[in-house]
Amino acid sequence: MNSNKPVTAQVISGEKSGFTLGPLQMGPVCCNPQPVIEVENLSLRYGDKTALDKVTLDIYRGCITALIGPSGCGKTSFLSAINRLTDLIPNCVIGGRIRVDGLDIHTAESNVQALRQKVGMVFQKPTPFPLSIRRNLSLPLREHGVTRRSEIDAISEQVLRDVGLWDEVCDRLDTVALSLSGGQQQRLCIARALALNPQILLMDEPCSALDPIASGVVEDLISHLRGRYTIVIVTHNLAQARRIANYAAFFWVKERAGHLVEFGRCQHIFESPTHQLTAAYISGARG
Amino acid sequence: MLKINAMRWRHFYLDRLVQVFVYLAVLTICAVFLWILIDLLRGGFAHLSWNFLIESPRDAGRAGGIGSILVSTILILLVALGAALPLAWTTAALLAEYVSTTSKFGIVVRYSLQVLAGVPSIVFGLFGNAFFSIYLGLGFSILSGGLTLACMVLPILVSTAEAGLRAVPDSYRLSAAALGMTRAATLIHLLLPIAAPTLAAGLLLGIGRAVAETAALLFTSGYVDRMPGSLLDSGRALALHIFDLSMNVPGGDAPAYASALVLVAMLLCINIFAMKLVQNWQRRRTILE
Repeated sequence: MNSNKPVTAQVISGEKSGFTLGPLQMGPVCCNPQPVIEVENLSLRYGDKTALDKVTLDIYRGCITALIGPSGCGKTSFLSAINRLTDLIPNCVIGGRIRVDGLDIHTAESNVQALRQKVGMVFQKPTPFPLSIRRNLSLPLREHGVTRRSEIDAISEQVLRDVGLWDEVCDRLDTVALSLSGGQQQRLCIARALALNPQILLMDEPCSALDPIASGVVEDLISHLRGRYTIVIVTHNLAQARRIANYAAFFWVKERAGHLVEFGRCQHIFESPTHQLTAAYISGARG
Repeated sequence: MLKINAMRWRHFYLDRLVQVFVYLAVLTICAVFLWILIDLLRGGFAHLSWNFLIESPRDAGRAGGIGSILVSTILILLVALGAALPLAWTTAALLAEYVSTTSKFGIVVRYSLQVLAGVPSIVFGLFGNAFFSIYLGLGFSILSGGLTLACMVLPILVSTAEAGLRAVPDSYRLSAAALGMTRAATLIHLLLPIAAPTLAAGLLLGIGRAVAETAALLFTSGYVDRMPGSLLDSGRALALHIFDLSMNVPGGDAPAYASALVLVAMLLCINIFAMKLVQNWQRRRTILE
């Protein structure tokens, strides 16, 4: 199975398929789970509507963790709580504790810009800015203090190569990013997140707005990023979760609030789930 | 069968009727504009010359030109925009980006702007006279007039800019935040360039209102038709000149027509220039570095 291949093998196969990844920054640690995001008793409310109730979950370094479950069970809310995008939503109240790399993200001294640099995010709908491809990448870089033109160009080229977009766009970096196809736009968004050199990537159904071919390309890309980045991906596509994830977390709505039902290795969740609800959802009997 | 046929005929006629009404409405609007333009051209084109544009008026405007009046008009406009634009656009940014739609503060600010927009210009004139001319001691001057106009165009500038910023989809704000960009940087580098066409449209509406203003300037910038020496001199605006020529000066019809023609041409030029400027600016900000 794809997810059990050692990472080195993936890099080699990656080169074959046209992706050229840089040297690995983090080893293949999936056999030795080391938590990088620790979520303890996370509760999340929008006004008086509870979206998540007491979720406790560890995300392991270098692995792909898939969040699965029906719509409205709080997967996206969970994701946006990790990089504090929930701050932008009025009336959103968060309880519990989230630690990224051992540091509580909600303390007074934690810097939200630095957190979001470390924890990148890719949305369901591709959201390139209506600027040039070049400026899409340079704008966030400048914001994080990279101002030398040569450095920006080098990073841009590197991340565009990482997402396999360089050959497609290298001669039209100054055209507006909205002229790219949906799949290219989504890969540009991934590149934009990678440019900030994050440790963690949060992906909210990154393939669901794309056609099957573009979706396949983005999916391949995501599994190639394993090991270099810790990836948390929300997906409604169970087959996709099964193909790419190392770990899976199954969420369910109980008493109109999202709960974590089961978390474990992907193989375990899909082949021998402990919980009846999980089994029913996986087999398509519920949800 | 017969019923269905009758219904089809009814739909057919209804369709045609709507079409006719739509075209009639458009034709009426065009006709009004053309009528004004033709009237102005017929009455004023003969009087128009290069000298008319650069000479100062003589004999209460019956002879000479409108050079000094054009200078005063442009100065008043520059003062008004210079004072109003920074205020308006920062207020709009605050209302659209930093204050929620339901906050008390936002509602109060918006409501005051709406009231301000509905105040008749003569009231602005009296206020300007009392506050800028007398209380601040600026007298009848281009500065007083410009500042009064700034108060007048503020509501238009704020509401258009706010609408423009609000029209930018939230997904851009979210992705910018997810990339660790601060709100200020998002506003300056992303939202303002995207909203630029709306900002420009608001600017043009503001300029239109300011250039056409007569009543408010009567009490503030005065109607001295000499060439202004400084911003503290009184200066007669073009619209006021037209009013004076057509109301108070027997035999002033031809220069009044010519001045009105210049005013319309000036507005057209400002429109085209601003549009080009925005297009260029947006292209530079969005496509290139």
